[in-house]
Amino acid sequence: MMVFALAFYLFAILVVVSGIMVVLARNPVHSVLWLILAFFSAAGLFVLMGAEFVAMLLVIVYVGAVAVLFLFVVMMLDVDFAALKGEMAKYFPLAGLIAIVMLLMLGMGIGTWHVADGAEMMRTAVTPEGVHNTKALGLLIYDQYLYLFLSSSLILLVAMIGAILLTLRHRTDVKRQNVMEQMHRDPAKQLKMLDVKPGQGL
Amino acid sequence: MADFFTTPGGTFVLILLQSLAVIAFVMIALIFLVYGDRKIWAAVQMRRGPNVVGPWGLLQTFADALKYVVKEIVVPAGADKFVFFLAPVLSMTLALLAWAVVPFADGWVLADINVAVLFVFAISSLEVYGVIMGGWASNSKYPFLGSLRSAAQMISYEVSMGLVIIGVIISTGSMNLSDIVRAQDGSFGLFNWYWLPHFPVLWMFFISALAETNRPPFDLPEAESELVAGFMVEYSSTPYLLFMAGEYIAIWLMCALISLLFFGGWLSPIPGLPDGVLWMFLKMVIWFFMFAMVKAIVPRYRYDQLMRIGWKVFLPLSLAWVVIVAFLAKFEVLGTFWARFATGG
Repeated sequence: MMVFALAFYLFAILVVVSGIMVVLARNPVHSVLWLILAFFSAAGLFVLMGAEFVAMLLVIVYVGAVAVLFLFVVMMLDVDFAALKGEMAKYFPLAGLIAIVMLLMLGMGIGTWHVADGAEMMRTAVTPEGVHNTKALGLLIYDQYLYLFLSSSLILLVAMIGAILLTLRHRTDVKRQNVMEQMHRDPAKQLKMLDVKPGQGL
Repeated sequence: MADFFTTPGGTFVLILLQSLAVIAFVMIALIFLVYGDRKIWAAVQMRRGPNVVGPWGLLQTFADALKYVVKEIVVPAGADKFVFFLAPVLSMTLALLAWAVVPFADGWVLADINVAVLFVFAISSLEVYGVIMGGWASNSKYPFLGSLRSAAQMISYEVSMGLVIIGVIISTGSMNLSDIVRAQDGSFGLFNWYWLPHFPVLWMFFISALAETNRPPFDLPEAESELVAGFMVEYSSTPYLLFMAGEYIAIWLMCALISLLFFGGWLSPIPGLPDGVLWMFLKMVIWFFMFAMVKAIVPRYRYDQLMRIGWKVFLPLSLAWVVIVAFLAKFEVLGTFWARFATGG
């Protein structure tokens, strides 16, 4: 249990510290790197709770894909770091006010929170006895809630097609390569042997 | 002595020793892989290859490593120093990390976790960070362009690799690498392994592995004739050595993965012969030979061709294969040929 507690506090502190550093870091690239550390520590917390499948998905999806996209965008930005430092001081009072208001709202929310009867029992009995949580999740998503899962994936598909349609432009003034055409070129038709006399040219 | 290893402190020491054993195996293998790699290209190109340091040049890699370590570390002006040094360390560490779940023989595995395949996949999706961070932190145009190309390439081929692995997972009904190997056990020796039912995607996996580890013919990240050395241009001495070592360890891991997923890991190819770690090692070496031969005989791809193969050929084909395997396994076509989970594998 000692190791468990130690690991929990290590990951929990890492999540909080790296979350704060995401906001405080001057350089946006460093912010993204701190964000990656936060994701990673959160994955560690999931492993501690015995949800290893969710932990791996968090690393693959958020760290492996989403954060890479963030990093791409942020690295391409032409950022003036000196100007950023000035901005930070300017907006600090407003940001502080928003933070305090949100903290108050959270405090009120949690203060009036009470756990429903039997909720504790349901939480500890998510996975049936003797079934790994990957399998349990699979049964839940693909058997019990199949139609909900299918409809949510349809919504995502529509969103994806919409995004592609909005940005897709067929330009006629660019040269494109047609791979099939290139591969099926016939050397006999494309090449012509010429006997060029010196000093004359074609 | 045996009692000591069951106490909490003893368990810690045991895990430490086991990890050290795996790292030592990987590092020693790495030294001779680099040597073997160079000897194989030399043989293909009718050269002698390294032959001066030690008998048959066997110690050449030690000499090279020593040379790297004693050279001066040059940090470019304006480089982000912390990220600049974090990048090579990260790529080496991540490459070693994935070995934690690789079973070398029945039960010979550091962490026998249920999501081993996903773990390997997660770690290999993180390896792209070493490349991006290295390219960005150098504060120079060449490395930055190189790292962008490299990152795009690594991300693209991860997708099709993941889909190929899903086919194997469907057949086995488990994401544990040991279970995947056990599901390939049977009375027909090597004809029980997954290379036969999953033959169409085996080659896709191999080619994706080449692209994922930035090996020729997909070595565009470091194409020395175009980009000098891609994201590693500004690196010298030990950081450069770490990048190279990370790359070779990733290749060695891919050899291990192909052996485990498609070629039965530690299982013996001939029924009757004992299974064991030697078979696993032999399979890994054979696949490394394939990696080296591809580098020796295949010319480099153009960048748009690389992207086209990844997204327009491999992705649809592997996606289709997932659907086909799901049907074949669900309706148990040819008995347990695809549906190994039916026999409790």
